[in-house]
Amino acid sequence: MSRAPVLRRSLTGWGRTSPSMANLVLASGEVDVRLAVRDAGTRGVLARGLGRSYGDSAQNGGGTVVDMSGLARILSVDTTTGHVVTEAGVSLDTLVRVLLPLGLLVPVLPGTRQVTVGGAIAADIHGKNHHVKGSFGNHVAAMDLLLADGSVRTLTPQGAPELFWATVGGMGLTGIILRATVVATPVDSAYFVVDTERTRDLDDLMARLQADDDEYDYSVAWIDLVARGAAMGRSVLTRGWSARADQLPQRLRGQPYHFASRSLFTAPNIFPSGLLNKVTIAAFNEAYYRKTPREQRGAIQSIGQFFHPLDVAKHWNRIYGQRGFLQYQFVVPFGAEDAMRRAVERLSTAGAASFLAVLKRFGPGNPGLLSFPTPGWTLALDIPVAPGLGRLLDELDDLVLSAGGRLYLAKDSRAQAETLHQMYPRIDEWRTVRDQVDPAQVFSSDQARRLFL
Amino acid sequence: MIDAVGDVQKVLLLGGTSEIGMALLRRLAGERRITAVLAGRPTPGLDDAAGALRSEGHQVEVVHFDAEDGGTWAPVMGKGFASGDVDVVVVAFGLLGDAERAWQEPDVAARLATVNYTAPVTMGVDAAGRLRAQGHGALIVLSSVAGERPRRTNFAYGSAKAGLDAFFTGLREALRPDGIRVVVVRPGFVRTKMTAGLDAAPLAVDAGQVAEASVSALLSGKETVWVPAPMRYVMSVLRHLPATVFRRLPI
Ligand SMILES: Cc1cc2nc3c(=O)[nH]c(=O)nc-3n(C[C@H](O)[C@H](O)[C@H](O)COP(=O)(O)OP(=O)(O)OC[C@H]3O[C@@H](n4cnc5c(N)ncnc54)[C@H](O)[C@@H]3O)c2cc1C
Ligand SMILES: NC(=O)c1ccc[n+]([C@@H]2O[C@H](COP(=O)([O-])OP(=O)(O)OC[C@H]3O[C@@H](n4cnc5c(N)ncnc54)[C@H](OP(=O)(O)O)[C@@H]3O)[C@@H](O)[C@H]2O)c1
Repeated sequence: MSRAPVLRRSLTGWGRTSPSMANLVLASGEVDVRLAVRDAGTRGVLARGLGRSYGDSAQNGGGTVVDMSGLARILSVDTTTGHVVTEAGVSLDTLVRVLLPLGLLVPVLPGTRQVTVGGAIAADIHGKNHHVKGSFGNHVAAMDLLLADGSVRTLTPQGAPELFWATVGGMGLTGIILRATVVATPVDSAYFVVDTERTRDLDDLMARLQADDDEYDYSVAWIDLVARGAAMGRSVLTRGWSARADQLPQRLRGQPYHFASRSLFTAPNIFPSGLLNKVTIAAFNEAYYRKTPREQRGAIQSIGQFFHPLDVAKHWNRIYGQRGFLQYQFVVPFGAEDAMRRAVERLSTAGAASFLAVLKRFGPGNPGLLSFPTPGWTLALDIPVAPGLGRLLDELDDLVLSAGGRLYLAKDSRAQAETLHQMYPRIDEWRTVRDQVDPAQVFSSDQARRLFL
Repeated sequence: MIDAVGDVQKVLLLGGTSEIGMALLRRLAGERRITAVLAGRPTPGLDDAAGALRSEGHQVEVVHFDAEDGGTWAPVMGKGFASGDVDVVVVAFGLLGDAERAWQEPDVAARLATVNYTAPVTMGVDAAGRLRAQGHGALIVLSSVAGERPRRTNFAYGSAKAGLDAFFTGLREALRPDGIRVVVVRPGFVRTKMTAGLDAAPLAVDAGQVAEASVSALLSGKETVWVPAPMRYVMSVLRHLPATVFRRLPI
């Protein structure tokens, strides 16, 4: 039997910062993955999905990285229970396309559909419905995990809670997820009923979210970090529900599950650094805010419009130019609204321009030992890399930490080990579980080495 | 990793008491605390350098070697890399020496060649192999404008720097497919203990300026650094002067 192709590759995350060289194994089946783990050298091995984590989570300099996107078969769908068994490399985009005609929706959708099931579990991703539905791990009924010793264990939250919840959010460091059973949500259509509101400022936004967020299944706010003074934190709040067939306009009723979305263009790899500067971002933000109606109720939107406006441009990360960009995402608990206010203030006065800043209210967290979501307010923003950014973010880290908050590992590309450890009080429990299944740390990543995970 | 904003976790400085080297290390650390491995001769000066960094909150490891003694070179990299990945290796040791003795006494000539060429090249090759093996990292190498065109006043030192410069400029190309960066720094006159007592040349700079220029080059992807920047044009003119004219210049 022939071995999977291995390429010597320079890998980065979606932010295109901090490249490292690894042996990339293009696995197409379980055997390839097993052999890659068996033959891992001293630098270890790591699974990689579609590389949509922003920083160095999915790279392993000097070691082996297993490209899981070739394990892309959907193995079974039970339309009555919603149980979908898939290989770990299936993308959420594929799942959405396959499941919708069956009346099912992927239970948690992040800001891009170009992520794998394995990556979704390993980062325990969250979507616009976190406040009511929790994160991805809450919707995983079982998974098959390939361990460092070469064995495969089937994990369920009931049967093996410790390893299950160390793997959910475990950033690939407990083993390689081969297959998972995801519980999909029944829906009536591929559309959403959406209410849009413009808010004056940050306080206005948080007040509205506190008032009635739980009445919506999906909720997120785009926030303008360029606006200063009285308008600081002005936002566009979009919230909605999956549309029932009878809520659809006549022309859509014939094909309620119709899902059309394609890549419209590929951003070329030639953008100079600084193309997106403060002026262009400010102009974009101003236009976006202005074009949004002050209030609009009950609009019908497609999945693409509602969830993934950026997915139409492949490789849109290239528009940030050579030095790349990073995403900063943190959560602070309810009661720490002042910390959120100060962070927004700090970011907007520093002119850390971003045309993608989103604020969301998280609901309860799950038992994932390194899972990011905890009850509170989360802010995520893209920032082009520029001199001085490191100090600003270190300062914000301190603010977040002292407010009892934390950073999201899937987005992190620059935090300090000590800070991060303090942000995740259960990290020692996680390590204990990891050390039981992988005492030699066969599974490793650049991020794990940087943060001493 | 040299992280997304250019911060580092661990730096290995060959020439642990070098003023330029220490300035580079501090500039790389920024306001963060890092792990610094200081390699150098076992002197009180080296202990002082380690103590100073510790008091600034850095984690410090000390490794001994003598650039004149080939038997002490081999263990340095193994020790330096033992506690985890090294993000940047700085090659800063060097010896100006006595230029007049260096062209008349074989031992002195050999010592300058060893300290300024053979030792950095030997240790640089070892470092490069380890950086390749970890899949990331960079070398910053202190060359000198003295290597650009040999002058009557210090051609022994200059010739070794010329060789060092050529070697690491070539190594840069060899390492490019592995994603390992090599930054070659060519300072003019830098006011440090190496030049103490000498009359400062025109365009003299401080160690801090060399550090600033080198680190911004590292982060922005530049590979050859002249400090100060106009030195590049000065040297380009000097290089092309006819020997008869060059000989008469007061440099
Ligand atoms: C535009 C954009 C929007 C985003 N929006 C959101 C959002 O709204 N909410 C959110 O939570 N995240 C969001 N993300 C982040 C993204 O969802 C996560 O980083 C996700 O983990 C990426 O999945 P991936 O398949 O690309 O994994 P990769 O980035 O390739 O890997 C991420 C981690 O998962 C591990 N991993 C991957 N596959 C496996 C496997 N089979 N077994 C074990 N470990 C594995 C890797 O080792 C790595 O640690 C967004 C990212 C982008 C680019
Ligand atoms: N200063 C300048 O004008 C200038 C200009 C161009 C290039 N440079 C180059 O920049 C680098 C740093 O110089 P600097 O200005 O920082 O001078 P410095 O402070 O005098 O540093 C010189 C370093 O070299 C070390 N060294 C000398 N001989 C050694 C040996 N046998 N074994 C081990 N280490 C030895 C010294 O260590 P000890 O403490 O043990 O002596 C010291 O750490 C050198 O390569 C130099 O050639 C300097």
